Amino acid sequence: MTDEACIVGIGETAYVRKPGSGLSLLGLQLQAAVRAIEDAGLTGRQIDGIMPFPNLGHAESFAANLGCENLRFQSIVWMGGAAPVASLRVAAAAVRQGLADHVLIPGGWNGYSGARARQTVAEDVSSLPGGAIARDYYLPFGFSAPPQWYSVMARRHMHEFGTRAEQLGCIAVAMRKHAQLNPNAVMKARPMSIEDYLASPMLADPYRFFDCCLETDGAAAVVVTTPERARDLGKEPVFIMSAAAGQPCPADEITNRKDIFQTGLSLAAPEAFGRAGISPGDVDFAQIYDCFTFEVLQQLEEAGFCKRGEGGAFVEGGRIELGGELPVNTHGGLLSEAHVLGLNHIVEAVRQLRGDAGERQVAEAEVGVVTGWGDFGDGSIAILRRA
Amino acid sequence: MVNQGETGIPRPLPELEGLSGDFYGYCRDRELRFQRCSDCGQWRHVPREMCAECGSWNWEGERSSGRGRVFTWTVVARALHPAFQDACPYAPVVIEMEEGVRVLSEMTDCAPEELEIDLPVEVVFEDVNEDVTLPKFRRTAS
Repeated sequence: MTDEACIVGIGETAYVRKPGSGLSLLGLQLQAAVRAIEDAGLTGRQIDGIMPFPNLGHAESFAANLGCENLRFQSIVWMGGAAPVASLRVAAAAVRQGLADHVLIPGGWNGYSGARARQTVAEDVSSLPGGAIARDYYLPFGFSAPPQWYSVMARRHMHEFGTRAEQLGCIAVAMRKHAQLNPNAVMKARPMSIEDYLASPMLADPYRFFDCCLETDGAAAVVVTTPERARDLGKEPVFIMSAAAGQPCPADEITNRKDIFQTGLSLAAPEAFGRAGISPGDVDFAQIYDCFTFEVLQQLEEAGFCKRGEGGAFVEGGRIELGGELPVNTHGGLLSEAHVLGLNHIVEAVRQLRGDAGERQVAEAEVGVVTGWGDFGDGSIAILRRA
Repeated sequence: MVNQGETGIPRPLPELEGLSGDFYGYCRDRELRFQRCSDCGQWRHVPREMCAECGSWNWEGERSSGRGRVFTWTVVARALHPAFQDACPYAPVVIEMEEGVRVLSEMTDCAPEELEIDLPVEVVFEDVNEDVTLPKFRRTAS
C-alpha cells in the first residue's frame, strides 16, 4: 500500500432547496471550508494550498477570508464533476512533494436559489473542454445539456446489453432509501418507490425526472495532508491509498469515440486499483458520482465492480443498498442527498471510514471507493482506507 | 422544425469560422464532406487540425456518400435551452455514416417514437438563413 496522503478534515453546510442558503457563493463554500479546517484541528492560517472547483471561486478569495499566511500552492483541475476527486490526487502529490502542507479542497454552489444547476451549461457551453465543438455541432440541434448528452449512451447500452428502465430505477430507489437515514439529505422523509420512479415524466428519454440529480444549495470541503502531519494533529486520518484520473478518447466530443462506453474512469480505475494493490472485490462501499442513474451503472462497470453489460443485473436485488454486497452512495448521493459536485461523496466516504455514519454506517468498513464524473465523461477515482 | 421557436428566442447557430466554416460551407453548397487524412486515409469528424491516427496536418474535405444508420438518440421532452421550448418533444440523433464517422443531427421525416437503431438514413440540407445550412437526415428511400 502506498498511502500517498490522507484526509484529516471534512466539512459540510446544510443542504437545502427553498428558501436557499442565504449565503453568497463564496460565503457558502467558506462555511464548509471553516468546518473542514476545524475538523482537522487546524486554523485557516495553516492552510497553504487551495484547490477550488472550476469556475466557482479563486484560491486568493478563500485565502484572504481564511487568513492563510502563506498560500504557496493552488491549482484547479478542469474536469467538471470529476474535479474534486481528481483534486485529491493532485493534493496528495502536492503534500508528498512538499509543495504544501495542508491543502483545502472546497466546492459548492447555490444550485437551487442561484443560477439553477440545469442552466450551467445548457445555454453557454464555452466553459466546457471543446466548448466550440458543442456550440458548432451540438447546440444547433438542441443537444444542449448533460442529461441529453449522456442519455444517448444509456440508450445504446440498453440496445447492446438489454439494460432496462427498471434497473436504472433500482439506482434511484437505492439512493433515496439511503437518504432516509441521512438528516442532511434534501430527500429525507420523501421516500420513493420503483412505481414512483417509473411514473416520473421523461426529461431526455431514456432519462426520466428521477434519473436526474437534485438542484440544491450547499457546499462541502476536505483537507489533505501527509500521514506524518496527520499523526501530529491527533486525529485518526483516512488514508488515500491511491487516486487517479483519466479522460476518454476524444475527451472533448462525446459521439465519436470508437468505444462509446469508454470514460476517463475506464483508464483511471485499473491504475488506482493497481497502485493500491487491491481489487474491486475488496471494497466495502462505493460513493459513485451520480449526476444521472446510468452514469452510476456505467461507472460500476468501467471501474470493474462488474463486467461491461452486467451493470443492469448488478444494481438489482438490493446489491447496491446498505446491507448489500456493495453499498453505493450511502448518503443518498447527488440524486437524493444534494448536488455538491461530488465533494459530498468524499465527505461521506471519510465519515464511513471513521465509523461516524450513524444509522447508515457500513459495518466494519475498511476500504471505500469514491469516483467523480465530469464534462463529456472525464473520470476520477480515489481508494480510501481507514486508519 | 422551424428554426425559431414561438418564444422568439433564436436557435443557436454554428460560428462559421475556421474548420467549422469549412464544414458548414460545404453544407451550404449541398455537399456533406468530412475531413479525410491525406496521408493515412482516416476519416474524421468533428473537424480537427491534425490526424490523431498518424499526426499528419494534411487533409481533404472528402465527399460523404450521405448515407448512414441511426446509432443512438435521445428524446428531449423538456427543453433545457430556451430556444427549443416549443420544439418538444424533439430527438437529437447520432448517425453513423458509411465512412465510419458519427454526426449529431436530427431527422426531418421521422417522429421520435418511430426511431430505431440501425434505421438507414440519408442526408438532406436545411437552409436556416443565407449563411447557415444544417445537415439533417431522412429515411433512405428503399
